[in-house]
Formats: sequence, C-alpha cells, structure tokens
Amino acid sequence: MEKGTFPVTESDFATAIDSRSDKPIYHVLKPSRIGIAGLGGLGSNIASALVRSGVGHLVIADFDQVELSNINRQLYTLAHIGQDKATALREILSGINPFCEIESHVVRITEENVCALFGECDIIIEAFDVPEQKAMLVNAVMEKMPEKYLISGSGMAGYGNANAIRTRNVTKKLTLCGDGTTDVADGVGLTASRVIICAGHMASRAIELLLGPRDPGPKEDRQP
Amino acid sequence: MVTINGEPKEVAGKSVLEVLASMDLDPKRSAVMIGGEILPKAEYEKTLKDGDEVDIVGFVGGG
Repeated sequence: MEKGTFPVTESDFATAIDSRSDKPIYHVLKPSRIGIAGLGGLGSNIASALVRSGVGHLVIADFDQVELSNINRQLYTLAHIGQDKATALREILSGINPFCEIESHVVRITEENVCALFGECDIIIEAFDVPEQKAMLVNAVMEKMPEKYLISGSGMAGYGNANAIRTRNVTKKLTLCGDGTTDVADGVGLTASRVIICAGHMASRAIELLLGPRDPGPKEDRQP
Repeated sequence: MVTINGEPKEVAGKSVLEVLASMDLDPKRSAVMIGGEILPKAEYEKTLKDGDEVDIVGFVGGG
C-alpha cells in the first residue's frame, strides 16, 4: 500500500492495520474495551501495544504523576514530567491512534471503585507495581466481576534472563505474566527491556483473547 | 490429597493460611483460587479437603 499522508482517516488506519495481518482484524478489535489499572512501566507500554493494534476503547487509571525516574521504562517523555500519568498517556495514545476512545481517570483504584471504573470492560489488566495492590485488584475483580477476563503481571524486575518471563493461564479467566519471582524490593531495579517484555506478554494475551487462539506453536511453549 | 498449582500435596485438613505460611507467602500479597474460583480473604481460615484443586499466586513488586 501507499506510505500514506497526514492526517489519516479511520478507513486508512484500518486498512493499514489489516495489511499487517493475515486476516482482517480491525473490525474485531475496534468494538473491544480494555481496562488498565496502573499506568507505569507495564500499563503505559501495554496501552501503546493495544492502541497500535486497533483496540477501540481503553479505560486507563492511575493516581500518580510522571517523574524523571519513570522515564527509564515508561512510555512518557521528559515533557510529561509533573503531569498526571492518565492525562499524559491519553495524549500520547491519541497521537498513535486517534480513533481509539480513551477514558482516563486520575484516581487511586480501590476495591470500592473497581466496578465503577472497569465494569464495562471485556478485559481488565492489572499493571500496578506494589504487590499488595496487585493482590487487591485481582481479588476484587475475581470476587465482584468473576465473568471478566483478567491479566496480571508479577516478576519483571532487574535485567537479563528474558526467557524467564512467561504467560501462564492460571484459570479460564486469570492469566499471569512474568517470571513470578524477581522483586523490585530486592534492590535489582527495573529496566525498560524486561518490563516491556512482560508488558508484551500481557498485551499479547489480551489480543489473543479478542481474536481467538492462533496456531499453538512449539509444544514446549504451549500454554495450558 | 490436595492439588496446589498442579502438584499433589499432603495438606488436607490444613487451613489456607497455614498453607500460605508453609510457602512463605504473605496473605496480603496473594490470591487463592479453589476449583478456579477466587477464595475471599475472609475465608482464609477455611480448611482444605481431599480433592481440592487450589491455585495460589504470590505477587512480587515491580511494574
């Protein structure tokens, strides 16, 4: 196809996405709605992958503001420092896919507001950094909205050992991505490369849930 | 016999809290599913019984 000109129509955008797939996918992803809880290294990079893929509706929520120490792994640029992450991310995502409807919330996510925030979503993605918050969200979603697909990330700190990060379907509804063990509390830090691998696993699972399973791949890589 | 994360374990009669402690997991950083359904935190005193299929996730920090 042609390289295209700016601004882009939605029809051109859809054609471009479908041209990089073996079957039309834009019309499947466009009506989907995905919620992302936490917009740090995981959440911001997951959101980028989802809007690039053509997901039509995102609900993004985080109470925090962008700071310099986030830039090593989060999607924000220096110009966003001091801004609310939800607002900054919405601006970035709109520049990638202006046809995605983005609902952004500057709010601390709790057991009390999780249904109001994400009740309309097909898939909810847990992308917090604090383990108590991860557990809170997973427990709250599975108790209050057991019908939802839920994707959670745990274990992507440090650098190296990229293959240790994997996708595990714990139940029919819950997918866990990460190595399960590397903890930022151990002082190993967080790197873009490893956080983005985990974010990629999580976004990939969301796309797979929306489009249906693909060819199962090598036997050793098959997920239960 | 109870199945925990796919492995058979001799923990029938023990509570979920006891099993979490034996795995060195903090209940505040965990999610426990029995038969694919989440076990509410208020029920962690619950005793596991033969045939229970339990999945336990212990979360670590970073994101």
